[in-house]
Amino acid sequence: MRTIRFLLEKEFRQIFRNKAILLLIIVMPVMQLIILPLAANYEVKNINLSVVDHDHSSYSQKLISKVTASGYFKLTGYNASFKEAMKLIEGDRADLILEIPHGFERNLVRENHQQLFIAVNAINGVKANLGGAYLGSIIRGFNNDIRLQLLPVSKFNGAAVIEISSSNLFNPLMKYKFFMVPGILAILVTMIGGFLSALNIVKEKEFGTIEQINVSPIRKHHFILGKLIPFWVLGNVVFTLGLLVSWLIYGIVPLGNLLVLYLFASVFLLAILGFGLLISTFCDTQQQAMFVMFFFMMIFILMGGLFTSIDSMPDWAKTVSRFNPVSYLIEVMRMVILKGSGLRDILPQLGAVGVFAIVLNAWAVWNYKKSN
Amino acid sequence: MEYVIKTDRLTKRFGDFTATNEITFEVEKAEIFGFLGANGAGKTTAMRMLCGLSIPSSGTATVAGFDVYKQTEEIKRNIGYMSQRFSLYEDLTVQENIRFFGGIYGLSNREIKTKGEDLLEQLGLKNEAKKLVASLPLGWKQKLSFSVAVLHQPKIVFLDEPTGGVDPVTRRQFWDLIYEASAKGITVFVTTHYMDEAEYCNRISIMVDGKIEALDTPANLKSQFKASSMDQVFYQLARGAKRSD
Amino acid sequence: MEQFINFVKKEFAHVWRDKKTLLILFGMPVIQILIFGFALTNEVKNSEIIVMDQAKDQASQQIIHRIAASRYFDIQRSVMNNEQMEAAFKKGEIKVAVVFPAGFNESLLHQRKAQIQILADASDPNTASMLTNYVSSIIQDYQNSIDKTAAISYSIVPEIRMLYNPQLKGAPNFVPGVMALVLMLVCVMMTAISIVKEKETGTMEVLLVSPFSPLLVILSKAIPYLILSLINVASILLLSVYVLDLPVNGSVILLFAESTLFIITCLSLGIFISVKTNSQQMAMLISLMGMFLPTVLFSGFMFPIENMPYALQIISNLVPAKWFYLIVKSIMIKGLGFSAIWKETLILGGITLVLLVVSLKSFKIRLA
Repeated sequence: MRTIRFLLEKEFRQIFRNKAILLLIIVMPVMQLIILPLAANYEVKNINLSVVDHDHSSYSQKLISKVTASGYFKLTGYNASFKEAMKLIEGDRADLILEIPHGFERNLVRENHQQLFIAVNAINGVKANLGGAYLGSIIRGFNNDIRLQLLPVSKFNGAAVIEISSSNLFNPLMKYKFFMVPGILAILVTMIGGFLSALNIVKEKEFGTIEQINVSPIRKHHFILGKLIPFWVLGNVVFTLGLLVSWLIYGIVPLGNLLVLYLFASVFLLAILGFGLLISTFCDTQQQAMFVMFFFMMIFILMGGLFTSIDSMPDWAKTVSRFNPVSYLIEVMRMVILKGSGLRDILPQLGAVGVFAIVLNAWAVWNYKKSN
Repeated sequence: MEYVIKTDRLTKRFGDFTATNEITFEVEKAEIFGFLGANGAGKTTAMRMLCGLSIPSSGTATVAGFDVYKQTEEIKRNIGYMSQRFSLYEDLTVQENIRFFGGIYGLSNREIKTKGEDLLEQLGLKNEAKKLVASLPLGWKQKLSFSVAVLHQPKIVFLDEPTGGVDPVTRRQFWDLIYEASAKGITVFVTTHYMDEAEYCNRISIMVDGKIEALDTPANLKSQFKASSMDQVFYQLARGAKRSD
Repeated sequence: MEQFINFVKKEFAHVWRDKKTLLILFGMPVIQILIFGFALTNEVKNSEIIVMDQAKDQASQQIIHRIAASRYFDIQRSVMNNEQMEAAFKKGEIKVAVVFPAGFNESLLHQRKAQIQILADASDPNTASMLTNYVSSIIQDYQNSIDKTAAISYSIVPEIRMLYNPQLKGAPNFVPGVMALVLMLVCVMMTAISIVKEKETGTMEVLLVSPFSPLLVILSKAIPYLILSLINVASILLLSVYVLDLPVNGSVILLFAESTLFIITCLSLGIFISVKTNSQQMAMLISLMGMFLPTVLFSGFMFPIENMPYALQIISNLVPAKWFYLIVKSIMIKGLGFSAIWKETLILGGITLVLLVVSLKSFKIRLA
């Protein structure tokens, strides 16, 4: 126990000595938490729409004004031909083309049936999907208006109507930032913890100080604990700063219990720090450790469900993401902060991260060899 | 006679390469034992095995009565070590380094305080106690490094080329520290390139290509090889060496 | 010339020696392509849904059948009360819930009107609105099916065509992004670190006192990374064509020419950083914070630039990767020719020229 105290004293002294790095550790996440949610905005609005109206009828005019009045679309082109509209898509000035064929109104009235053509630039899947869906529902609404107008009153009243009311739980204003901020905070905590711990033991190797430790009677697990605890404290500080920033700037106050949030973050930090230390014991230079950590970080973050949902992944990828500690943190952050989930709700995730913490740290202790 | 280091055909192989080839020797308590050899002769490998940093491939050895295969951690409790590369923490102050290394070798706070003060006094570093180690000149760093390595009164202290790159005056002071430690009953095991330093040792062994080619007091070696200085002894032995780095 | 080739060979040997880093440099694009190509999709499917059927009649059962049959939803289970439903939301087990009130069919038949409530977990707003939309259209289909007359009267059938990416895969969006990212990483970070490393260990001095032009010293350091990057470009393209079925619609030669231009941009950035810094750690941090993050943020492949605040949109114009991303997307996905991208190419070329001049100038000043 006494040894750990001396180790901790030394690590903290070293952390506080390097003011530049310390400042970076504190300031960088705060800056990023301020800028990233502004940039990472997938809120789909202002979809650029180009209309090709071959009909020029009152119906086509009505449809166009209904679409533009919906608030989702911005009319950026009104073209004479589809080919012209395609030019806008190619130049990224339009995301969607709505083509109203010649004889739209006449055919609809006479033949009871008429087609409309929508072309979506689907390179960006989210926008395409939502844009298509919005336009589809506006057209359905327009269709109902037409029926209401054309069908004999008695006949229309005879039709059964299912009224759908929908409510958006936990985020009634549908703010995309509410979704992103907890996720980004999770990523920042992961990055700080992961990189600091990955670089740490390697640094002692590069400077040769590890020899002096290896030749002393320090127990291996004491040494690893001595590295783990300071970064764990630092990780919690960054986490707290992040929560403050999300409260002060984005007005996000965790609905759930703060203690539950801290409990989970603490266990998660042990896991990710253990992973960093493990990498540190494998690598010989800081450059190498950084690249290896970078590689895993990238996989963890991409597969963590920050931008795309894990549910939609194929089975193999879902299995992979079960071994990704970051995916649990992102999930739990959103659950506790936005939905107010309690300890009992997050027990499975807490258990999984706990297992990671134990396995990774034990592995790091085992892989750290005082003799070879 | 009490032996603190005993080896018998101690060998270390890295793949096909035999770094240290069946070396056998004994070191007495409080002796200053010199380990000489060209670069790549296997000195550092041999020393690392005795310190418990490297597990031997074959042969046996005990250090301070403990086995180098199974009792490496017990060995570590009884030795001090100063490596080729400077290995105190450059971003800690002199005092913080003393406190840290004293602490992990289990000295009490009072011991750390009194011994630390004695050490600073002895080295004349009182005014530098609160300076970062990185800011000290190399000679001072080496002396500090040695003093820290014997702070916990180990049975044996291992020094791996401790005076590399240090000026002659500081080297002389460094050897005064070594004699002092030896006088306190600490066995000193030292590798070196400098032949004048070899003369300061009680006994020396000369390694060539992983093997011990000669082992005796400096005086005996000189008469054995009919040489006037250790330089000539070493040159005669090392001439036949096949490897160097 | 022979001397120069020897220098380049030496640099290659350095790169070749560190196998772990090399493995990651070549492995990174492969893994990224596989993840983006197969694991990540913007399509929403197999979403967990819960039904609270208080009616348990013919109509509710039929709608539930339709929901169960849809590939968008996996019915998790059915619950009977609000507490259970809320618990399921809080555990994160479900994303949507559909509530049928008691007597659903009754009121549909007799009052010609019935209500259904859809509740979505809007902590993820986009998924929530997509899913609400899907459930609504399933219900509307059902409504049309029970009422034949209304359904065929005056119906407008929108025909939606998804251009460039009919299956809404992530790949067409991400492959150009991955290219920009990997080239940035290899060229900027590796060049910067490797030059600074020589400064740190003092070997740079040795090179600079040799009778060899300092300019060529720097050049010989850049060439291995240029070749490495071109190999990466080739492997990304091969993977995307043969593994992701994402063909290069435009000219491959043009694509390689533009990639080479971008690589030179990155190399000059790397040289610039290395001239300005003295330690590996600093070079690493600057490349990571100053170059890598802006690339991810502002190139437009992860986050839509048009949604950003105006100030950030202006900043994004300074990021070379943004222009490269646009160029690759145009050539590779849209199959456009040089006439469509000459403007972007010109901007990229301009940025490169400025960087090159500035970094070579500061290099000379350091020497003087």
